Amino acid sequence: MKYLVIAAGLLSTTAAYADAPELTVYTYDSFVSDWGPGPAVEKAFEEICGCDLKLIGAGDGAALLARIKLEGERSDADVVLGLDTNLTAAAKATGLFADHSVTADYALPVTWTDATFAPYDWGYFSFVHNADAAAPANFKELAASDKKIVIQDPRSSTPGLGLLMWVKAAYGDEAPAIWADLADNVVTVTKGWSEAYGMFLEGEADMVLSYTTSPAYHLIAEEDSSKAAALFDEGHYMQVEVAGKLAASDQPELADQFLAFMVSDAFQSIIPTTNWMYPAVTPADGLPAGFETLVEPGKSLLLTEDEAAAVRDAALDEWLTALSQ
Amino acid sequence: MLRLEDCLIENGGFSLHADLEIVPGSRIAVIGPSGAGKSTLIEALAGFRSLSKGTVRWNGDDLTKVEPGKRPIAMLFQDGNLFPHLTVAQNVGLGIHPNLRLDSAQQAKVQAALARVGLDDMEDRKPAALSGGQQSRVALARVLVQGRDLLLLDEPFAALGPALKAEMLDLVAELVAESGATLLMVSHDPNDARRIADQVVLVADSQAHPPMETAALLDNPPPALKAYLG
Amino acid sequence: MADCAQPVSARAGIGAALVVAALIFGTLAAVVLRAEPGRGLGASDWAALRFTLIQACLSAGLSVALAVPVARALARRRFIGRRLLIALLGAPFILPVIVAILGLLQVFGRAGWISDGLALVGLEPVQIYGLHGVVLAHVFFNLPLATRLILQGWQETPAERFRLAAQLGADARAMRQLLEYPMLRRVVPGALAVVFAICLSSFAVALTLGGGPRATTIELAIYQAFRFDFDLGRAAMLSGLQLVLTGAAALVAAKVAVGEGFGTGLDRPLQRWDGNSTTSRIMDGFWIILAAAFLLLPLAAIALSGVPGLVGLKASVWVAALNSILVATLSTVLMLILAVPMATAVALGRGTMIEVAGILGLAASPLVIGTGLFIVIYPIADPFALALPVTALVNAVMALPFALRILVPRAKSVVGRYGRLSMSLDVRGWPFVRRVLLPRMRAQIGFSAGLAAALSMGDLGVVALFADPEFATLPLQVYRLMGAYRMESAAGAALLLLALSMSAFWILDRGGRWHAEA
Repeated sequence: MKYLVIAAGLLSTTAAYADAPELTVYTYDSFVSDWGPGPAVEKAFEEICGCDLKLIGAGDGAALLARIKLEGERSDADVVLGLDTNLTAAAKATGLFADHSVTADYALPVTWTDATFAPYDWGYFSFVHNADAAAPANFKELAASDKKIVIQDPRSSTPGLGLLMWVKAAYGDEAPAIWADLADNVVTVTKGWSEAYGMFLEGEADMVLSYTTSPAYHLIAEEDSSKAAALFDEGHYMQVEVAGKLAASDQPELADQFLAFMVSDAFQSIIPTTNWMYPAVTPADGLPAGFETLVEPGKSLLLTEDEAAAVRDAALDEWLTALSQ
Repeated sequence: MLRLEDCLIENGGFSLHADLEIVPGSRIAVIGPSGAGKSTLIEALAGFRSLSKGTVRWNGDDLTKVEPGKRPIAMLFQDGNLFPHLTVAQNVGLGIHPNLRLDSAQQAKVQAALARVGLDDMEDRKPAALSGGQQSRVALARVLVQGRDLLLLDEPFAALGPALKAEMLDLVAELVAESGATLLMVSHDPNDARRIADQVVLVADSQAHPPMETAALLDNPPPALKAYLG
Repeated sequence: MADCAQPVSARAGIGAALVVAALIFGTLAAVVLRAEPGRGLGASDWAALRFTLIQACLSAGLSVALAVPVARALARRRFIGRRLLIALLGAPFILPVIVAILGLLQVFGRAGWISDGLALVGLEPVQIYGLHGVVLAHVFFNLPLATRLILQGWQETPAERFRLAAQLGADARAMRQLLEYPMLRRVVPGALAVVFAICLSSFAVALTLGGGPRATTIELAIYQAFRFDFDLGRAAMLSGLQLVLTGAAALVAAKVAVGEGFGTGLDRPLQRWDGNSTTSRIMDGFWIILAAAFLLLPLAAIALSGVPGLVGLKASVWVAALNSILVATLSTVLMLILAVPMATAVALGRGTMIEVAGILGLAASPLVIGTGLFIVIYPIADPFALALPVTALVNAVMALPFALRILVPRAKSVVGRYGRLSMSLDVRGWPFVRRVLLPRMRAQIGFSAGLAAALSMGDLGVVALFADPEFATLPLQVYRLMGAYRMESAAGAALLLLALSMSAFWILDRGGRWHAEA
């Protein structure tokens, strides 16, 4: 019956919670999908908040920020969940976000001091390959090899932008040369992660830009240990995914409660096997079995949000120049 | 009385002038050299061409601005007189009511018209399943139910064989005799004119001449017609 | 004739064209008004424009050039499975982009079937990535459409003409001159313009098959302006550029397409007497097999990878399928409400501007339309509450150009052929529409409705900004499954989507395959 109601698209689910306060969280689409953390998070939070949690998916992280900019202070959103450190500087510049009051014992490889955004998960970018094939140990080895890679476009994809920052953080002014050497390894550039990963699984490339946690999905969900992430000795660039509350929220207490819930065990234990990322706070029961098999970079790379904002346009130009030859 | 008062029809470099009267109930053949404007005259009467100047009146009513379907005129074209996707009965029924919502009396009228033209058992057929002569009969059945004062024929039977054409013309003559309608028919065959027309309108030299007695004109043709008749 | 009364008014069509223009230009204006000063168009944008034009011209030219012999062969051959083949020809066109890319690569990719075959005989794999890859993919998408449009041109040639040509003893060359060339002169300019417009707004296909940022199109530049730079002004400018290019293509097509058409015959079943020489049989067979292999192999790849995932699809995927059917139904109805009056108005001689308005739906960037609509609607209504109508409306407008291509020639011939007869019988206005226009256009309405339904089913649905979280459509679920690593389920859902789209197309197009009876 429930599905019929949804299919008709006529009845608002809020009717059931007519008297409960409503907390609206904007996030990226894969968070709210049936296979993402959304459904479990919604259930767990509604058990404790006496409220109706509305998770609304809006494209990916960048589309999320664009939407908040479009809506401005009129936005219905109380919380935005799903930005990363490449976007937080621009997000703060809108002046739409308020400081949070979250404290937690973060398991991040970096110290977290941001007053506006609190992290909920993180991961390392990495090239995923078939475990039976030898993998290069760094970008230079990759460039010198005849390995074929498929990557995402930084203009349309979060991992794509992450790779740009990775090379920049690892090589600085040498980045254009690295990209020039990598150009003949790049099979193609895709719009988003899904295209690239799908192409890799079909055998179009030897390696695909993804996360060190990607093999965990295959191992845990599919009992398939054939995928591995290559460990690069320059270090791996991190993606830290964060949430913040909007200054114009009409439910500021509930928003604070949600952010506190976000770093609690109930939320954090959902993340590893739904978002396939490392939780920001290690759950009481530890990480799920299988995560211990993942490679652990010796060095974590992360540009601060200001550095990221400062180098972004120049890094994009370098990338475009090198790959357009 | 059908009056064409100082009418001028222009189309590009072509022009045709007409100033004439036709007595109700007459049967008129419109003849003249090819390209002189026989069809143009008929089309203007039917309302498919506008007049550069002049007035068309029927029994004193000004038709000049009246839309084709609102004129007291039924017309058959050289071809394409039937809708291929409609049945015979529907094609005829259109003559009574354009949206085909017919009551039983009207349906009976359609049946009667079909019977009158000799197509009793054909009402559910589509035009493609009929012979050329039968298609012409369907169109005539529709003319019958339309019950208009004027019937204009733009050589609708030109594609039929001589015997069949003669048969159709005789049927037309019978139908207009029964209804008292006024007939104007374009023809390039003087024999057609002799067969059913009591008068002839000669179209030649950019001029539609007033009607003349058929026999008198054809027996003693003016130079323009003489050249045409050969 | 033009100076006289018409059997039906053009007002409804002009109104529909105004609605479409208001949607496209209104949303563009909304984005412009909301924009803050940006940096304007830069060198990279002009490079994107150049690449976009080159690939769009090549893709359109090649798609249509190949469609001519394929349509000729399909028009004059009768063989078992012909109807199915013609229906399947519509499939590439309606696939979600990501599914089509993966299907294409399974055949033409480095690790694809062809490369595997070449490896068996010791040859290098196919080099698919580059401009030729972009063109190949666009031909894959658009050859079927171009073929269907030209095939329709053949179908509109009355049976009487073929009889006449056969009676005259017309040989292959005479057939081309008597029948094919005049038909092509009418049909090809429009087909070129439509394919050009489709390729103009290509993004993911061009980027992926193009092998990297060399293959940056205007649509990607719009995407970048919107989400990388949040430069709404530049996004709007680029979108305006797309509109201008498409409008220009449509105008040129409208001017170049000449010929009054053949008029219609008496709906006699089509029979052909030409093309019986051995050479033409071999050539036709060659083209049919080539086109079928080119189009069907990637579809087979999609089907093969989808079957294992089809079992065990979650309930939410089936719900999404129902949602997609609902969206497709609604947008098909909306499309017909817009397209039939517009086609009629064009047929009444109120032509060019309406045809241009009609084709703009293809060129308008979905991102810009979506954003513009959001800017307009957000202050006054809940975007989620309007998710269904907005998605259906935008899909309808996107399908409109195809529908007009299909409907306009027929509407012209109906009005030309039966307008005077109808007027002399006072069959005007609604009775004309109901008794003459719609029955005479049944086949074309079926075909265009089938296309619109299938397109709407396969389209991601425009606008993430209006995506009601509770109202996921099937293509969205396909993307979500992929985003959650579930490639097998995603392939299953994609196969379901393909089957649904094809069924919708098949059911609605039954009338459209009127002369296509085997």
